[in-house]
Amino acid sequence: MSNLAEAYSWINLRYLLEGLWVTIEVSVVSIILSFIFGSILGIIRYVRFPFVSAIVGFVIDLIRNLPLLLLLFFTYFGLPKIGIRMEPLSAAIAAMTVFESAMIAEIVRSGIQAVDTGQMEGARSVGMTYWQGLRVIVLPQAMKKMIPPLVSQFISLIKDTSLATIIVLPELLYRAQIIYGQNTRYMIPMFIALAVMYFVVCYALSLVASGLEKRTS
Amino acid sequence: MINVFTQHWQELLLGFGNTLLCSVIALFFSLIIGSTFAIFEVLPYKVLHIIGRVYIEVFRNIPLLVIGMFFYVVVPQFFVTLDGFTAGTIGLTLYTSSFIAETVRAGIQAVDDGQMEGARANGLTFMQAMWHIILPQAFRYVIPPLGNQFINLVKNSSVLAFVAGFDLMYQGDAIASTTFDTFNTYIVVGILYLIITLPLSYYMRYLEKKLA
Repeated sequence: MSNLAEAYSWINLRYLLEGLWVTIEVSVVSIILSFIFGSILGIIRYVRFPFVSAIVGFVIDLIRNLPLLLLLFFTYFGLPKIGIRMEPLSAAIAAMTVFESAMIAEIVRSGIQAVDTGQMEGARSVGMTYWQGLRVIVLPQAMKKMIPPLVSQFISLIKDTSLATIIVLPELLYRAQIIYGQNTRYMIPMFIALAVMYFVVCYALSLVASGLEKRTS
Repeated sequence: MINVFTQHWQELLLGFGNTLLCSVIALFFSLIIGSTFAIFEVLPYKVLHIIGRVYIEVFRNIPLLVIGMFFYVVVPQFFVTLDGFTAGTIGLTLYTSSFIAETVRAGIQAVDDGQMEGARANGLTFMQAMWHIILPQAFRYVIPPLGNQFINLVKNSSVLAFVAGFDLMYQGDAIASTTFDTFNTYIVVGILYLIITLPLSYYMRYLEKKLA
């Protein structure tokens, strides 16, 4: 028991919680940025502007099908070769935003596509322009359908911030490794703490989501 | 860029093979584990239902990297020795099985209730009806989402790089750190990943449209 008490000493816990804060910070910034970019890209892909949409669509497919870890490596270790240098925090946010925007663009596109085409036809026939129909009629309905996949995407984003430990971002996993690196007896307590902290954040988010889902349906 | 490939194609090919191998192994076992827990969730036993729910929620809400590192760092320290490839593949299997369980459960629940009622009315037991009537129909619904899970699995297998699993990402990283040509190496590694994932993702989109 004294092992546990030592492992979870206030100094260690505070050090971990500061890491959790970095994790949440990176997640929140990336979620906001990728929601904005993802929505714009998703709409561009849906609307089918000649040429532009095809290129945007292809780039989205490329990014979606790469491992996030590779994008992270590329941003932090590859880009400096062509003169773009970032510190770990900005590199993590940049890589996550690029990756997640592509994922969210696809969610937005299929959300809009899932809305019955009669809705747009109805909007046009009562005299709305295409953009009015999209904004006032189609998008709000699509939003409802997008909530569950969006939330699971946000949850995987939070989990994926742990990958940034490799570019020495001092987030939760990184700090746990430092603590058990000093004393292997702290290993199991640290992994339990990691599991609990990630679980609480992600599960709480999924509870909020299912609450939202019930309210909107 | 071509230099990276011509000079290091052996390491890259080994990594490519390992990535495919661990993805296929993890898919196989996570299909078995995932389907089992999915059936737990639809069986009329409360205890099994709770076990299924807990398993799924635990492995869905903890980062894959934490699970993989647990098997690479903690398990060898206190229990049995595992090499990086095995530890990573076990982590991948457990993580993916929770997502597959959710997918299969949704597929089972998408099958019309009348199918089960009809089967039971014809004298089949619950398990017989599940096996012969419900699951075959459910698998048709879940093929596209399972395909997408496999794509995620291939991408997620890159965490083997953290645990010395000699996968594509690990080899790429090793090449990058010896040649210092990080920019081009990562692009080559990316192209190799896309060779697996991109055709699969287009095929799944086509299947989704066809089955919808």
